[in-house]
Amino acid sequence: MQDALRDLYQEVILDHGRHPRNHRHPPDANREGRGYNPLCGDQVTIYLETDAEGRIADVAFEGRGCAISIASASLMTEVLRGKTEAEARRLFRDFHRLCTEDGFAVEQAEAGDPDALERLQVLAGVREFPVRVKCATLAWHAMSSALDGGGQTTTE
Amino acid sequence: MATLGSTAVAPRSGDNATLAFDVERVRHDFPVLQQHVHGKPLVYLDSGASAQKPAAVLETMDEVYRSGYANVHRGAYYFSQHLTDRYEGVRATVARFLNAGSDQEIVFTRNVTEAINLVAHSYGSKLQPGDEVVISEMEHHANIVPWQLLRDRAGINLKVVPIADDGSFRLDAYEALLGPRTKLVAVTHTSNVLGTVTPMAEIIRLAHKAGARVLVDGAQAVVHGKVDLRALDADFYAFTGHKLYGPTAIGALYGKAELLKAMPPFLGGGDMIRSVSFAETTYADPPHRFEAGTPPIVEAIGLGAAIDYVTAVGQDAIAAHEAGLLAYATERLSQVEGLTIFGTAREKASIVSFALDGIHPHDIGTIIDREGVAIRVGHHCAQPLMERLGVPATARASMGLYNTRGEIDVLAEALEKVKDIFG
Repeated sequence: MQDALRDLYQEVILDHGRHPRNHRHPPDANREGRGYNPLCGDQVTIYLETDAEGRIADVAFEGRGCAISIASASLMTEVLRGKTEAEARRLFRDFHRLCTEDGFAVEQAEAGDPDALERLQVLAGVREFPVRVKCATLAWHAMSSALDGGGQTTTE
Repeated sequence: MATLGSTAVAPRSGDNATLAFDVERVRHDFPVLQQHVHGKPLVYLDSGASAQKPAAVLETMDEVYRSGYANVHRGAYYFSQHLTDRYEGVRATVARFLNAGSDQEIVFTRNVTEAINLVAHSYGSKLQPGDEVVISEMEHHANIVPWQLLRDRAGINLKVVPIADDGSFRLDAYEALLGPRTKLVAVTHTSNVLGTVTPMAEIIRLAHKAGARVLVDGAQAVVHGKVDLRALDADFYAFTGHKLYGPTAIGALYGKAELLKAMPPFLGGGDMIRSVSFAETTYADPPHRFEAGTPPIVEAIGLGAAIDYVTAVGQDAIAAHEAGLLAYATERLSQVEGLTIFGTAREKASIVSFALDGIHPHDIGTIIDREGVAIRVGHHCAQPLMERLGVPATARASMGLYNTRGEIDVLAEALEKVKDIFG
């Protein structure tokens, strides 16, 4: 059982939880989405700056939450830069499967972006902790909401 | 805090016989406490959210379904009459438990939330725009949102009494908020987050002096000590069965007879009427006026069994046991480096909310679950209070009559593991 905990709280996660990357509000952000987890009151706001071709030129976030939700938001900002909207959405679907499906392998991904999924693989430990899947996907839901035109999404 | 709200309560007969409180014997009464979680013995420290049930409650409910179940208030046949008598009999049990004036002052509700909504709708329908309802900063959402809905519906003003830094109720600020427009004060008797026991007798005395009525949220209070409604002189008092070692979906609202009598119905339907025609319907007297539809019959009888159980163990003995647990938990957890306890009021029930430096409560909850320890993490349905404390969430250990000092040790050791993982 302790192995499951160590899988969940890997050093990478603890590091991103303590020192999140891209934790800021970019002045040129043109899209914004908020994610809220009513279970614990955690919230994140995702800022996107998309360029003329629809690529994500910058992505950052602000918010508060548990180690899992903050680490996931931080890692997400690292893998989304340069992606098109469609690629970002595909990656979210892959990431969701990564967090919920036992035996889901990077090769099965539809996004065709093994590097990004490799980076996100550290979050696969949430599979053993179903109530924490919402923490891991909170930022992604908010990102998806930003792409949809903004507003707030909840994990319910 | 053996007695909530009054110092002038004579000990009940039988209490002396129960002072020899044996927690191991009590634990034996709760089948679920034999369970293991993730291979570890269950350490259940979440009774403030919902308490476990003794075999007496489970067996009583099972026995009703097996040996004589029927709907109440309807049939001319034996089982219906028999069950009606048992169901109605629980009103008397509740009335005795709270020292209410009469069993006709006890309205069965699903829970405290429903009870407060009942008062907000029914009593609240008499309020005028500009009238004031006073609540406190440490209320559960159940005692905030119904008043906000009433505000939107009826144009009342909502006033909020601040708490002191130690989590105690600020009587001075409260007294200053009371005015000629104050019609109702709705305050918790015991905070579900901080454990604070509010000075309810004084709150009620001051409200009455100002001409206002008082609704008490007693969800956490009835669990930890005796409540004496006549000594308190409360106008309305709500509690729920599932935190009192009884079933879910059954609670009760006490209301003074003259208040209930003057109140319009809450929900309409069967059981709450005297006669119905398409031209005109007349309503039953309280308490049935407020109990539309088939009630939670077996749950009510289960609540009666839970009250009988708690009374048999002895409320004074339970209060003394829990006071010991609270003192031990406060001391033991304070030794955990980096741990902060929220709520240190002098009058406090066995609820300890805390935070660990740099570690989110949700992460604490996940890690100690693997040690078999069940606590509540989150905002505890008290987001304005979280705001006041300056935290998004807390971890909360809430202790009941079956908890032990050994379990507090397990919690403290599990918290050390959390710190190990987070380095």
